[in-house]
This record gives sequence, structure tokens and C-alpha cells, in this order.
Amino acid sequence: MKQLVDKYTDKMIKGGLAEAPLVCGLDDEMTWNRQAPEVPILEAVMQGMNINSLICAEPAEPYQSILVYLTERYPEVITPGDCETRTFLHDLPVGHEFSAKVIGSHLLYRKSVVIKADGKVKIVTFGTVSPEQAFVTFSSVCFAGFVLFFADFLADFKNGTVSETQRRAFDRAVSHLDEPRTDCPELLCGPFHREAEAYEAIIEAGRHTVEYGLVDSYFGNISYRLGETIYISQTGSSLDELAGCIDPCPLDGSSCAGVTASSELVAHNEIFLRTDNRAILHGHPKFAVILSMDCDRKECPNKKRCHIKCSEERTIGDIPIVPGEVGTGTTGLCHTLPPAVKGRRGAIVWGHGLFTVGREDFNLAFQHLLDIENMCREEYFKRVK
Amino acid sequence: MSSQKNGWTGKVLYIDLSASMIKVVHPEDEVYRKFIGGKGLAGYFLRPHVTLPWDHTEMPLLIFTGPLVGTAAPTSGRSTVMSRSPLTGTIADTSVGGRLGFELKRAGWDGIIITGKSEFPCGIEINDDKVKIGDASKQWGRDTSSFFEEFYDGKCSVSVIGPAAENGVAFSSLIVDRHHAAGRMGIGLCFAAKHLKYLIVNGSGKVAVHDTEKLKAAREEIVRLTNASPILMGQHGFSCFGTGSIYDLMDSRRMMPTDNFTKTHFERAAELNANAYKEKYSPGKHGCMGCHIRCKKIARSKMAGVSMPEFETMSHFTALVGNTDMDLVMQANKLCNRYGMDTISAAATLACYREVSGRRDIAGDVLDLLEQIATASSELGRELGRGSVSYCKLKKNKSASMSVKGLELPAYDPRGAYGMSLAYALSTRGGCHLRAYPVSHEILRKPVATDRFSFSGKARIIKIAEDQNAVIDSLTACKFIFFAAGLEEYAKAYTAATGVASSAQDLLKVGERIYYNERIMNALNGFSAKDDDLPRRFFEESGSSGNSIEIRPIDRHAFLEARARYYRIRGLDKNGLPDPQKVEELGLT
Repeated sequence: MKQLVDKYTDKMIKGGLAEAPLVCGLDDEMTWNRQAPEVPILEAVMQGMNINSLICAEPAEPYQSILVYLTERYPEVITPGDCETRTFLHDLPVGHEFSAKVIGSHLLYRKSVVIKADGKVKIVTFGTVSPEQAFVTFSSVCFAGFVLFFADFLADFKNGTVSETQRRAFDRAVSHLDEPRTDCPELLCGPFHREAEAYEAIIEAGRHTVEYGLVDSYFGNISYRLGETIYISQTGSSLDELAGCIDPCPLDGSSCAGVTASSELVAHNEIFLRTDNRAILHGHPKFAVILSMDCDRKECPNKKRCHIKCSEERTIGDIPIVPGEVGTGTTGLCHTLPPAVKGRRGAIVWGHGLFTVGREDFNLAFQHLLDIENMCREEYFKRVK
Repeated sequence: MSSQKNGWTGKVLYIDLSASMIKVVHPEDEVYRKFIGGKGLAGYFLRPHVTLPWDHTEMPLLIFTGPLVGTAAPTSGRSTVMSRSPLTGTIADTSVGGRLGFELKRAGWDGIIITGKSEFPCGIEINDDKVKIGDASKQWGRDTSSFFEEFYDGKCSVSVIGPAAENGVAFSSLIVDRHHAAGRMGIGLCFAAKHLKYLIVNGSGKVAVHDTEKLKAAREEIVRLTNASPILMGQHGFSCFGTGSIYDLMDSRRMMPTDNFTKTHFERAAELNANAYKEKYSPGKHGCMGCHIRCKKIARSKMAGVSMPEFETMSHFTALVGNTDMDLVMQANKLCNRYGMDTISAAATLACYREVSGRRDIAGDVLDLLEQIATASSELGRELGRGSVSYCKLKKNKSASMSVKGLELPAYDPRGAYGMSLAYALSTRGGCHLRAYPVSHEILRKPVATDRFSFSGKARIIKIAEDQNAVIDSLTACKFIFFAAGLEEYAKAYTAATGVASSAQDLLKVGERIYYNERIMNALNGFSAKDDDLPRRFFEESGSSGNSIEIRPIDRHAFLEARARYYRIRGLDKNGLPDPQKVEELGLT
């Protein structure tokens, strides 16, 4: 357990999510990464719940500034509209006291709670199987908060309703953003002819996608077509830890060994069948997600159902935005994404993320992912000027 | 609970077959809240009688639905059948799909308590509040297929035992609505012990719901998560291929039990996978009432109308017994369903016979052996029909029974998943994969992946999962959907259906009570740490390494340490027995 606790402590810090997280794993005894004054309160929370792990931390900047503002604007519950929140978190409850009673009362119903006390925000998350669950939820809360904060600002800016507090929070958050990267890594050159090369290329591209901040560690997916087999990251795998987490899936369906493959396998399959590409990369770059949700239509029959119903032909530059939910349901992105990608370098799924393609290897797919995100970021700041 | 409530009906049907007496029981509100329904409520009503022999006239046979059954909550058409097991002597609960729970609920009943023994073979017929005990003398001896031909029209629910139960097979099952089985534990024999051949239920009422809009919202969340699940709805998932979709995976992970668990890799697996069945039998989708996943598959071309084998049946009737003929698997599955026998125990007992007898090739005799068991037409058939433990004891070769507490193990070799080794050993009904279902995280990566070759953290994980699955079997929902959704979403559905404010953590506490109640019942029948163990083979022999995966014997010391941690976490003493303080804390005195 100590090994897992240390691993996710490290990932929290290296991923820029928190500077000094408290991470606990519990089998028959509690294992903390370190001691802190908050520990007795958190142990009381854990004793009241049937869980095996917990993370508590002040999120690092810009998430700290963002969540401080959001907890003022939405003092009871924060409800981001992005795909991750809608599907997995549902909403982000807010508490106003760092006590076992308040934290516990929210964690009874949700995977996380945002505690605002003494002008600072802490996020508390838990898992029932592994500290990884708590880490994933923490990361998702930060992502969802980021998307909501910048989407709200854009909408309010257009409506002329940005408040002074909001502007100050915005400026503060923006000051903490990293400079956009424009340099691409030199990835393995394809086309690949051997299975081992495909594995190596996928692992390498996945790691760089996380390092460049183009996806949270846990989300996104990546695949490569080698002959009549698709090699794709497994469901719930961390893109920066793909060794041993790639499934070979025959295009003819002769094996079900890919039952653990990414939920977007069908979409990847379709893209490969409709285009000449060999590489697909799917990340959750933040500004592409934020801009995909920016719409000027005041009256729309599909309002609040944009993620599955949007019928407008919308683009950012040359990149189309399509509706679609995760997976293979009737409103799944497997129906909308593949036709949108055909003849293009990528497509954005509303409130979800960006899919890009490369003909031979991941160099182009990665470059497209980075370029499109930078284009969206530039466009965002143009729109709020 | 004297009047109809939301979610529940507030009524339980009590039938004494000895006296042909029928009455209505109204459980208190507190009983519902403490035990929910399904196996929780069934366990509550079983406990006062649990020390009786399984075939005692006063031993109850319990059939219970849950508060979500008959509502819009997804995959909630199931029910629990429970008694004391003739095979193991432990508690015996088995979850079953089809329409049984749905019809029972619509007929106005949360459950049925059947006690006594009819003087003559009988059947129970329920039409809403009209209940009749019919004469089944002419039906006794009929196989399930012919019974369904005559009595099942697809609009009601029909449950029936076959000749295997009537002939005393300890792993006989109850077949429900032609394609579904209350398969394990010998529950069919519990029916036979009461001279009860069948149960027909027809309900026309509606289940009252506290908040329809909130239930709809909860349903949307659950369905969205299901759609995002590759295991359930992906192109290789259960909806497309049935549970057999994990056949390839189990072999590639080197944990397919082969040759009675002496190996963990089956050379011919790729030819016998779910896709091969799909090509040969063109199966169509079929599902339990209220399910959108529809993982049940029915053959449409060759052997049209016959149930396709589930994963365990596919695996055990090939790798475990050394068979490479797909048609034989289909025939064996059909035969087991026709006679009413659990396919897992049947195949595992044949594998055990193969090892004990030293016969290398029994494939050609599989169908004949199954006939002999079900009809008890030979000495060998009768010996095997008592299960693998009894057979091995007779043959003085105990090590060949690959079972826990007398229940034969399903198709996941625990040397390839250490959480599974704990789950098997600690299960209150013996060798069962569904109590804690660690395959979910050790193999299928849900909710996140765990290290399958480590005991680290597994004791608590198993305990939490047992509590969760106790809730699921009490609601009564399907465990498969929890590859995608969680109690967070189902707590919302429960509250919307019943009006009882409840969180995921509240439900887990109820699950803890339900599971602990089972430990108490087993302890009353003499089960302790000595029974919470695995066959020695897993600690002494390696599996089949390959694909860069090494399958070593399980480290017994590490296993015992993890089991001791589990006892501490569960609130049991060092011998695995209930602690009086914990009993009181959980309100189980």
C-alpha cells in the first residue's frame, strides 16, 4: 500500500495538481504519505466510510484561484458541463468547513468535495479499490473546474456581465498558465511493420501527450493500425504508463481479447476503415474543450442537450465540432466522429476532447493535437479581448 | 409496513406446503430498511431456521425481489432464491434473472417464504393475490424443456426443476423462463425436498415509485455510464457476445482453468472463443426483464432457440475437461438446462472424475456421464451427483476436488488473480466468483486496475466489494452493470424509488449487515477459518506461464496474512467467527 501511496503522491506533484498532497491507503491499517494537522480529521472521515483510500490537498495554481472563485459563485454545488463531469462525477459539491462532519456528509453522496475555508480551497477525494481512483477524481475536479471557469468567463464577457471579482480571478488564473508549447517531440518514425515497434510508438506518444499537458494522465486514448490489427490503449489506462496496457484487436473481430480496450475502440475502428491513417491520438486539451462549448445561439431547441443533439455545423478554424457521448450508445461519438475526421487532421467532440490522426506514425497526430490546442487557446483569448 | 409502500409492496407471501396453508406477512419498516430485499430479506427470514438440516420440513425456501424491481431502474428485474445448501451445508443464495422478480413484484409480493413439505408433487401458481397450490404429480419426472413448451408463453414467469433435482443431484438447479438458471448451490434440490416442481407467477399491477422524475434522472446517469463501458456495450463486450466475450481474455491472462486446474492455459482456446460460437450459431440477443444490456444469447441458426453457454460453461466444458468440440459444449449446456443442473459444478465434477479415474479423454463420454448423473441411473452417476467433494472422499483422493466449502470453483484460476483467491476462500457460499468479483479490477480494470499478483490492499477491497454485491443482490440489480455504474448512482435510484434517503455509503453499511448475517449463519453451522481456504494445489503447483506472464503458486503465508487482515477488517475473530460486539453494532443480535 505504501508503494501506491507514494506513487500517487508523486503523480499529484509532477502533474501540477498539488504541491503538498495528503494521500492515504487503508487495508487493515492506514498508511499516510506524511503526517499533517489535517490527518486526524481525515482519519475520522475514513472511519465513517467503507473506503480504502483518500486524497486531500490544496490544488496548485491555477486550480486554486479558479476553485476559490467558483466556490464563491456556486457556494453549494459546482456543475460543470464537460463530458467527464457529466458522465463520471455528475457535479462537484462544495463545503465550507474543514471538519469530518462536513467532508463526510458530502462524500457519502459524491466522489469528491471542494472545501472552501479560510480563503483557501482543498479538494478531498476517495477510492474503494485504489488510491488511483482518488487521484483520477482529483485530477478530474481540477480539469472540470478549469473548463467551467474559462467557459463561464467567455460567456459572461460576451454578455457584458463580467464582475470585478471575476475579472481579478481570471487575470490571476491566466497569470499562472504555462506558456503554450510549440515544439514537438521527435517521435518514432513509421510506418511500423512489427508489433514491437507499434507498442513502442504508442507508449512514447502517450507519455508525451501527458507531459505536454494535452490530457490528464488517466483519460484519452491512442491507437495504431498494423495490417488488420488495431493496437489500442486499454480502458482506464494512464497515457503516461501504457506498457502492458495495450490491446491488439483484430479488425475482423475474430478475437474478443480487446474487451478491455478503450471505450472508443469502435470510433477508432471506423476512422481506420474510412481513412488511410495509421495513428489516432485522443487527448483532452483544455482550450479545445472550452471553445467547443462556446455557442452564441440564444434560442435553440437543443439547449442543454448540445452534447448529444447539436445540429449546427460548427468549426474552429478547419476543425469540426461534433456532438457525441463516450462509447457506443445511440448518441455515442462513434456515430459522429469518424465521418467528421475524414479528410481532416482531427475533430473535436463537444465538451469532451480532441481526436487527431497521422498517416504513418504519431508525429503528425501529435503535432495536430498541439497545433489545434494552441489555435484554440489563441482563439479563446481573441474572443475575450 | 402494513400498506403498500413505494418501491416495496409491503407484503410477503407465506406458504406452508405441509398444511396447504397460505398467509400474508407484513414485515416492519425497519426490517425493509435494514435488509432492503432480495438476498438481504431472504437471509433475515432464513436465519432463525438455518441450523436445521437442509431437507427438514421447516427449512424455508425463500424467493425475494428488491425495491427496484418493476421500476425504471436499469437491470433490476432479478430475484434471489435462498435456503440452506444440500451441496455445501452453507447458506445458499442464488440470483436469477428472467421475469420471475418482475412478475412477483407486479403480483404484489416482495417475496415468498415456502415451508413444509407437500404430500404429493405440487406447483405454486400465483395470479396477483390469488395463490393456488396445484397437483404436479403428472409433471414430476418431466424435463424442463417439455415443461416450458407446455406452460411458458413468455408473458408470465415459469420456474421449474428437472429430473436432476428429483433424483437427488446435489448441484441441481432451478430453471427460470426457459433461458435463465438459479444455478448454484443445489437450490433445485431444495425445491424437490418440498415436493415442489414449479412456480408460475403472473402479475398485473404496477410498482409505486416515490419520485418518477428523480428515478428517470438516475436511470439516465446509469445508462450513460453503461454506454461508456467497453466491457458491457463495446464491440467485444457482453451486449454483443455475451459473457463468453472474456474467454479470450482469461486465456491470454493465463488464468483459464485447464485439466482440472493443473494448467492455466488452453492451447485450443482461440478456436473455441465467443466469436467462433457467433459464426457457427448466429446468436441473437435476449435479456432479463428491465435490462438494456441483454447479455443472454440464444442460438438462431444451428440449434435454433437453444441458450448459448455462459463464459464459465464455455470454459469448463472445454479447457477443464479436455474437450475441443464446440458442439459438445452446446449439447452439454442444453442437457444441463434440460435436466436442471448447474453447469459449473457438473463440469468441475467431471473434471475431478477425469483426474481421479486417470482417464485422459472423457470428451466422448461427457453427455452420457451427464445423463447418468441427472437420471441417477448408475452407481457412478449417483456418486458424481453428490458433487466433487463427496466423490473424492469416496475415492480417497481429496486433492482432486477443486472446490471451496464444497462448491466447485468457476473459471478463473486464482493463481492469476490474488484478490480472487481471497474472494473464493472467504465467500459465504463457497467457491464463488460473484461475491466480491475482483475480476472487475484485477482483469477488467474497473473502476481502476489493481495489481493482480499482489495481496496489497486486497483484504479491504474484498470486504468492500462483498458489501457492495450484497446490496446489489438485495436491490435486486445485476452485478454486471457495476462494471460501469456504482452505488453512487444506484443510491439515487433507491431513494427515488422508495423515498428512503440513502447514500452509497449508507447502502454499503446495509450491505455489511447483510453479509455479516451470512457469516453468522455459517458459523452457527460450524464453518470457521478452516473452511475459508483454497485447495492445496494452488499453493503447491505453478500454472502455465507464458506471454511474459509467470503463474506461480500462491504464497501461502501471504495468503494467510491477507486473510487475517480481512478478519480484522470484517470484525471477525482470528478463527473467522463473529464477534459479539460487532454483531450488536450491526443490529444482528
